[in-house]
Amino acid sequence: MAAAVVIKNLKKSYGDVLAVKDISFTVKPGEIFGLLGPNGAGKTTTIRCLCTLAKPDDGKIEVGGISAIDNPKVARQRLGYVAQEVAIDKVLTGKELLQLQAALYHIPKAAAKQRIEQLIEVLGLQDYANKQAGTYSGGIRKRLDLAAGLLHQPEVLVLDEPTVGLDIESRRIVWDFLRALKAAGTTVLITSHYLEEIDALADSLAIIDRGVVIAEGTPSQLKDKIGGDRVTLRIREFTSTDEAEKAQHLLSSLPFVEEIIINKAQNNSLNLIVQTGSNCLSKIEHSLIEAGLPIFSLAQSRPSLDDVYLAATGKTLLDAELAAASTRDLKKEKKQQMK
Amino acid sequence: MTQLTTSSKIKSTLAPNSNKDTQIDNSNSLGNFIQETLALTKRLFIQLQRRPSTLMAGVIQPFMWLILFGALFSKAPQGLFGNDLSYAKFLAPGIIVFTAFSGALNAGLPVMFDREFGFLNRLLVAPLTSRYSIVAASTIYIITLAFIQTAVIVGASAFLDAGLPGIAGLSAIALIVLLIVLGVTALSLGLAFALPGHIELIAVIFVTNLPLLFASTALAPLDFMAGWLQVIASLNPLTYAIEPIRYLYLHGDWTVGSIVMNTPWAEVSFGGVILVLLAFDALVLFTIQPLLRRRFA
Ligand SMILES: Nc1ncnc2c1ncn2[C@@H]1O[C@H](COP(=O)(O)OP(=O)(O)OP(=O)(O)O)[C@@H](O)[C@H]1O
Ligand SMILES: [Mg+2]
Repeated sequence: MAAAVVIKNLKKSYGDVLAVKDISFTVKPGEIFGLLGPNGAGKTTTIRCLCTLAKPDDGKIEVGGISAIDNPKVARQRLGYVAQEVAIDKVLTGKELLQLQAALYHIPKAAAKQRIEQLIEVLGLQDYANKQAGTYSGGIRKRLDLAAGLLHQPEVLVLDEPTVGLDIESRRIVWDFLRALKAAGTTVLITSHYLEEIDALADSLAIIDRGVVIAEGTPSQLKDKIGGDRVTLRIREFTSTDEAEKAQHLLSSLPFVEEIIINKAQNNSLNLIVQTGSNCLSKIEHSLIEAGLPIFSLAQSRPSLDDVYLAATGKTLLDAELAAASTRDLKKEKKQQMK
Repeated sequence: MTQLTTSSKIKSTLAPNSNKDTQIDNSNSLGNFIQETLALTKRLFIQLQRRPSTLMAGVIQPFMWLILFGALFSKAPQGLFGNDLSYAKFLAPGIIVFTAFSGALNAGLPVMFDREFGFLNRLLVAPLTSRYSIVAASTIYIITLAFIQTAVIVGASAFLDAGLPGIAGLSAIALIVLLIVLGVTALSLGLAFALPGHIELIAVIFVTNLPLLFASTALAPLDFMAGWLQVIASLNPLTYAIEPIRYLYLHGDWTVGSIVMNTPWAEVSFGGVILVLLAFDALVLFTIQPLLRRRFA
């Protein structure tokens, strides 16, 4: 069976801005594939090339084994596209928008009518379908947009940052919906700059940064690749620098500990990278008690996609300050997107 | 929405279309073209129905032109605009064509806003048989508005003593209005696809609209003009729409062979004028083809 989507050595520039330098990835049929990257990484540009809205400068794009560049109409038929910004005619009702969309995809009248009813029901739009879209809230608009993208039963639904700016409830609805889509056999390609979103949804992912793919695989492959487990230790709720440094010195002599950094932004908590499988928590606990240090909290976890991302971007993974700065950035971005 | 994964009905709603052959139906491209054109046209009329101010302004404006321009020249010596010709009679054809032209020139604006708001992407990611359906829908919409406006102007002019052409004459007016609207609408849509944004489109509309009015025979006959303006007016498609309608207003008995205008270099018959307008339309439709096909940056 042909891959659902193949993108190979894609290149696209706008004037002298090289939006996509070299992006390749493969989406397998039936999976949820995540395209993860920070603002300006080239996610939207990649998606626009895939959906035949922009012509790539170079590279190969295939949808179900057929070139989207040579046969844009076939690609358009097979793809459903839910854009980053919901584009809805405020004067039309939701139902009228879906009827327009059905005609643009040449769905016969009777089939379209049935299909529209089904989607309105499945997306819980019954109360809104006959109201003008200008009156909808953000979450309802997104649902209508999803319905429009799915109307022609595409093989692959492409969603560009589908949960940006949505409240938590609407985000959960979209997530559940994408999982249901996958269960029904539709391939899903989603972009996001939320690590937790891709971690929660995607079967495979590619991380892109400044126009290139820096890592591709399943979430656990990527996590295994960077290796080690993460241990977070807080000596007290508010630890003094002295005590933190003392603990750092003490624990760095343990054989299974690879690196320790003190996270000043988190009240001097200690972040450790330890070898996977070592029975490390009890050993850490033991040596702390021996040295007379208290323990406020101690937890072990697998690396997160956050760690994968930081490792892959070449920014020092263990620089706590940088890590703190990058989480601050994400928050700021989220706020900006909410506006 | 809550038990999404459970029901099999939901599953079938969300499943991809497994039968690929039924998806790509190129067999009936004319039917598909009509389907997409009608759907796009319907959208424009729903907008008009829910926001009728465009239509109201579009009817009031030519009416005001008639009154104002009529009053402007009301003391002009009798016979100045030709033997036994009132200015109202002279003016009506100019206002008919200018009104249709202005409406058509603005046709690109909604498309430009669709582009800026991302709605056009909805059309461009859809497997349209031809993007000329976007042009066709706008033309149907503008032509309907132009016909309503023309009817108002023809009625008002009759009331202002301009007379009323017969059924054949009125049909000929409709044909001419159709031809000028088609070409100008296509031109405006081409600009909406080509220009960077609505600011630029409005600028182009602004610098084209009135100059083309004054460089045509809408307000004054050709032999009133300076020589250089006569040349420009004789190249202006508006003149080729205005002059035959004016002839219809003046002559009850007209044929395809009637000479309806004298350019500095040739006499043009009624049939000739229609051919010129057809050529104008063909040229514009041909020119905008690459713009419609272009994928957006
Ligand atoms: N139409 C355009 N003209 C000029 N530059 C563009 C255009 N579209 C995108 N770019 C530039 O290309 C780069 C990649 O943009 P793109 O929109 O693909 O990023 P993104 O990953 O989708 O970001 P975001 O998370 O903010 O949506 C950015 O530097 C952006 O400024
Ligand atoms: Mg984007």
